[in-house]
Amino acid sequence: MHSVIVLALLFPALGALLAAWIGPRLSHRLIAWICVGAVSLSFLVAVAAFVRLSGLPAAHRLIQDTLFTWNVAGGTPIHFTLLVDPISVLFMLVITGVGALIHLYSAGYMDDDEGFSRFFWQMNLFIVAMLLLVMAGNFFFLLVGWAGVGLASYFLIGFWYKRPAAVAAAKKAFVVNVVGDVALTLAIFLLFVNLGHVGYQTVFRQFSILPVATRDLVAALLFVAAAAKSAQFPLHIWLPDAMEGPTPVSALIHAATMVTAGVYLVARAFPIFGLAPSVATTIAWVGGFTALFAATIAIAQDDIKRVLAYSTVSQLGYMFMAVGTAAYAAGVFHFLTHAFFKALLFLAAGSVIHALGGEQDMWKMGGLRRTIPLTAATFLVGTLAISGIPPFAGFFSKDEILGGLLSGGQVGLWAIGTLAAGLTAFYMFRLYFVVFGGTARAPGHAHESPPVMTVPLVVLAVLSTVGGFLVLPGGYNLIESWLLPALTRFGPIPPLPPPTNWAAMAVSLAMALIGFGSAWALYGRKAPQVEPLHGPLHRLLKGKWYIDELGEWLIVRPALWLGSALERFDRKGLDVAFSRVGLLVAGWGESLRPTQSGYVRRYALGFALGVMLVVAFLSLRP
Amino acid sequence: MANLIAVLAAVLCLFMGVVVVSAKNPMHGVIALVANFVGLGVLFLLLHAEFLAVIEVIVYAGAVMVLFLFVVALLMAGTRSPQEARSKTLPGQVALAIAVVGVFAALVVFALAVHTVLAAPPPPTTSFGSISNFGTALFTTYLLPFELTALVLLAAVIGVVFLARER
Amino acid sequence: MTLPTVDFLLVSALLFAIGAVGVLVRKNPLIMFMAIELMWNAVNLSLVAFARQFGAVSGHIFVFVVVVAAAAEVAIGLIIIVLVFRHRDRPDVDTLNAMKG
Repeated sequence: MHSVIVLALLFPALGALLAAWIGPRLSHRLIAWICVGAVSLSFLVAVAAFVRLSGLPAAHRLIQDTLFTWNVAGGTPIHFTLLVDPISVLFMLVITGVGALIHLYSAGYMDDDEGFSRFFWQMNLFIVAMLLLVMAGNFFFLLVGWAGVGLASYFLIGFWYKRPAAVAAAKKAFVVNVVGDVALTLAIFLLFVNLGHVGYQTVFRQFSILPVATRDLVAALLFVAAAAKSAQFPLHIWLPDAMEGPTPVSALIHAATMVTAGVYLVARAFPIFGLAPSVATTIAWVGGFTALFAATIAIAQDDIKRVLAYSTVSQLGYMFMAVGTAAYAAGVFHFLTHAFFKALLFLAAGSVIHALGGEQDMWKMGGLRRTIPLTAATFLVGTLAISGIPPFAGFFSKDEILGGLLSGGQVGLWAIGTLAAGLTAFYMFRLYFVVFGGTARAPGHAHESPPVMTVPLVVLAVLSTVGGFLVLPGGYNLIESWLLPALTRFGPIPPLPPPTNWAAMAVSLAMALIGFGSAWALYGRKAPQVEPLHGPLHRLLKGKWYIDELGEWLIVRPALWLGSALERFDRKGLDVAFSRVGLLVAGWGESLRPTQSGYVRRYALGFALGVMLVVAFLSLRP
Repeated sequence: MANLIAVLAAVLCLFMGVVVVSAKNPMHGVIALVANFVGLGVLFLLLHAEFLAVIEVIVYAGAVMVLFLFVVALLMAGTRSPQEARSKTLPGQVALAIAVVGVFAALVVFALAVHTVLAAPPPPTTSFGSISNFGTALFTTYLLPFELTALVLLAAVIGVVFLARER
Repeated sequence: MTLPTVDFLLVSALLFAIGAVGVLVRKNPLIMFMAIELMWNAVNLSLVAFARQFGAVSGHIFVFVVVVAAAAEVAIGLIIIVLVFRHRDRPDVDTLNAMKG
């Protein structure tokens, strides 16, 4: 008898099949019912799994279910195994819970789009792939889910396939993600070659027998995979462009779930990173750098979704800082709260865009807090949460990370993170003030979105408010006590310094308030009509540090140059050489031409000569 | 006695061969070829190949050469002169041909004279070369090649019919 | 009494050479064809002589097959000659060189 957890996969899979197959003939309302219902049922299964796990003794919180044997490779069977433990169940809850809310919101947001059924089957497909990613019991099916979410992301970024920008963004996202896919594949090859297994349990138990170089290589490859999926520097370039997709896609895939796959991978493979400390340190520093780097870019962006995209990159950097310093609980906690408030921010931004008929430039908005008050209120909640203002969720999770860093002696990382926190507060309030404060900068009448869109906003706003209370300063830590059994299954882990650090908390709160204050001074009080900041630094930030251009010059141009050089070599070198050979052969042919006189008697003479030579050979040989 | 017959038959064969290749009129060539075949038939008999001697005379000298006669009559009827024109299309062909074939013949004769290892053949069994002996071999050991000869003839018949059809 | 095999082979070789010269020297396709028949039969004589030498009936079978093949060849060859030369004023193979390279 198999466990019910497979149903979590089956419901959205069925939804995707139905919507893809007969969807175009159904009404929008029915498709929405099917697909939102599928994800909601999946959420119920996740809740059931959570309840089941809580009922088990702490050391045995693990549901493992092998459904079938997919293949036997070199004598090693590869099973289709689902594994639900405290780590994956949290991800499942967020994926299906936030996913269901975003699906519900999409039913309103996408209602007048002709690709309605296509949108919903692709969204459900994404849910299936993402659930497979977090529920897989071995690295092989992790890879299947990993590639699956990349595919769904490609579909959905390029959803409006008639826009060249959307198609280019989809291609860019796919190519950058493939870098990670290749790295993950190579890591799995290495594990399989050296250990002969790809199952988590076996791999983690046996990993310590590998030589140090192999361990570091596997960890480094896994890190590259995680960085590509989670948009860490310098593989972050695809995520801002991915905002070409519909806003619910940005909320679901490019903020709440898929981009956290890298965090999941690092948290899941923590025994591997625990045995490769140098790689783990690299992860933390790359995360820290990304957090600060993306925050600076977000300051100067004018597109409401791009600001949020860079803030996502920045927040993912926080999560990498946490998991890189072995603070898995803190990282997962930030993933949880970030999923709430970032989904909320994106959906609210989508509501603004919807209300203004597709406008995304924040300097053409303004005064919206009066015309669409519900959206404005929920967006403000999200802004407060991400800025780390107590008592909203972001405050607790971000301070869990920063406090842990300071207590653990990582002063450099702590300083970077704190600085990024101040910048976060600055650019988020800049966004809020410009969009919702002041007066309207462009003509047109905004109207509040329908309830199907505002209800998810309210639910997410509530979650963003109370979600932080899972962990309170001073040792009350539900997340850590929930995750600890899963983290100690493969041996004891070194004790972490207490994450509660009142000094860190005070400093980061002060930074948040400074950020808020400067944003108020620049954008809130006077409500300027255009961007008041300018100068070379601003241009540099607005140009995103010219990373795209750098990539163009360092990678794309040389590749094109190499290609055209090779093409010239092919045309002028090889082609000419080969045609010379051809001419040579043709010349020989021409010189032999007189032998083909066309006269049958001459040919017969040739026969006779040949026969004579054979006879001469036979009769004259000794 | 057998020696005399053999020498006469061999001389007849060779002489008639020379007549064939030097005949101005193909009609004469056909007649000479028939005579050549008869001589060969005699040689076959002396070699105890009774059935083949019969075949040589009936099939070759009879059937095949009659076919030749018809074609010669058909083709030569329209020509003004049976003489071969002395064309200059292939310079040196005659000299080269005689040289090559001459060397060839000389080599064979040399080889036969120098490398002869063949002892005189033993006296044959009474049935060797007889029709019954030949037939037994043809219909048992060599049945498949025999059947295939039928296919060859069938192909020839179909080919001729195809080539000769009205266009 | 028995005749030496070598003598028959000698006759065969000379007959073959005569036929070869005929093929190479003559231009009348009919004469050339008859010369080819001469060569066939020269070979037949060799085969029969060897069959006698070794007491092997397979040589006879081989001659039989050669005769069949020659008959088929004559039928096909003659019809081709007829078709090619029916409308020419003289039968000369040197008038045919359409296959010149």
